[in-house]
Amino acid sequence: MSGEAAPVGARARVALVLVSHSQRLAEGAVELSAQMAPGVLLLAAGGTDDGGLGTSYDRVSAALEEALGVADGVVVLADLGSAVMTVESVLDMEDGFDGRVRLADAPFVEGSVAAAVTAHGGGDVAEVLASAEHAGGTFAVAAGPPAGDGPTTEPTAPAAGAARAVVTLRNPLGLHARPAAVLARLVAGFDATVAIDGVNGASVLELMKLGATGGQELTVTGEGPQAADAVRAVVEAVEGGFGEV
Amino acid sequence: MTLDVAWADRWTRLSAERIAAARDELTELDRQIGDGDHGENLDRGFRAVVAKLDGSAGEEQPPGQIGDVLKLVATTLMSSVGGASGPLYGTAYLRAAKVTGLQELDAHGVVALLEGALEGITARGKAQVGEKTMVDAWQPAVDAAEAAADAGASTADVLAAAAAAARQGAAATVPLVATKGRASYLGERSAGHQDPGATSTAILLEAARDAATA
Repeated sequence: MSGEAAPVGARARVALVLVSHSQRLAEGAVELSAQMAPGVLLLAAGGTDDGGLGTSYDRVSAALEEALGVADGVVVLADLGSAVMTVESVLDMEDGFDGRVRLADAPFVEGSVAAAVTAHGGGDVAEVLASAEHAGGTFAVAAGPPAGDGPTTEPTAPAAGAARAVVTLRNPLGLHARPAAVLARLVAGFDATVAIDGVNGASVLELMKLGATGGQELTVTGEGPQAADAVRAVVEAVEGGFGEV
Repeated sequence: MTLDVAWADRWTRLSAERIAAARDELTELDRQIGDGDHGENLDRGFRAVVAKLDGSAGEEQPPGQIGDVLKLVATTLMSSVGGASGPLYGTAYLRAAKVTGLQELDAHGVVALLEGALEGITARGKAQVGEKTMVDAWQPAVDAAEAAADAGASTADVLAAAAAAARQGAAATVPLVATKGRASYLGERSAGHQDPGATSTAILLEAARDAATA
């Protein structure tokens, strides 16, 4: 068995297969990522055939085949060395499923969440893969030096034609995972580059890293053809409290 | 004496017996520097392999070639072992199977089989000699087999040379510091313990040797 699919809806082009030594860990990562990226096909391939700790060639290959039956491409995340080896073995045997399957070099949980949100935004395999692989750096920065040193978008003075707004976060719990994902998906839908307090508004992980709390003011800037619409939509979403307030 | 599919079948069943007998020893070695499941995992894998061999006996096409047996071992180990030794040995048997599309093996055929296995393990595990892994048993085994075959040894003697070199290689892992796999987390503390993967490699090659003279 290979976990449950996310709720049926508009399907993203890219599906994810999450491979863990633990069946429950794989299913948990699917659960967490699905909450932030509804409509993305997420399959868990965890544990051995008898449900013990370890990874199973058969479970991984079955999940990949199922995912490829629905999606254009698949990004795989794996949790520890031998899970990676099991995935590589499957890709070797199946000749990489014609290059439609890519294994991410990424932290399991953070990478899964980031990849799922990017897949939800309509990203292709390369974009979803890059999103997963960037996730580790985002968290290393979060745990290390203060924000500003990392690979985040530096705040820039609005250029001509760019949009800017300041909005107050109403959610008592702040910009936690779910609203961050809502915001990232919203931003990804516009032909614009949006920064929120200087970080990439399309990246759920960078938004969460802000650690924005209830009552805090957020500076929203946008550039690109749909900058004004994007900034307006972000302001509306924040003022609406993401349906939580 | 050339080696045929009956040898491959004997080798596989003997491997399962020897791994079962060494199960606790391998697990204890792995407890010292790994996650303590190598014996248990390999035993589970080889028991599944034998069950498949037994099950295939009544089928229309039981393994007819050495390569068929090796492929069956490969796919079964990959799906039933769980730990890293599953994909590592699985890939080894798979690559070994590629070079044995023959009904019978001569001495150089045995060398090609062992070389395929080593190539599979290094491709999957990316380890080199001296990193305290199964490569430390496989590489000397391949070298010894090659030298024996070049000197005109029989298939049984080529396997005997490989098995002896693997056993020595396994013993030589004791002072090494692991830089690959789970044992590398221990760093310097991994020294002083024999590598479980190199040890199981020696056991499998001794089974190959004994199956050739049975």
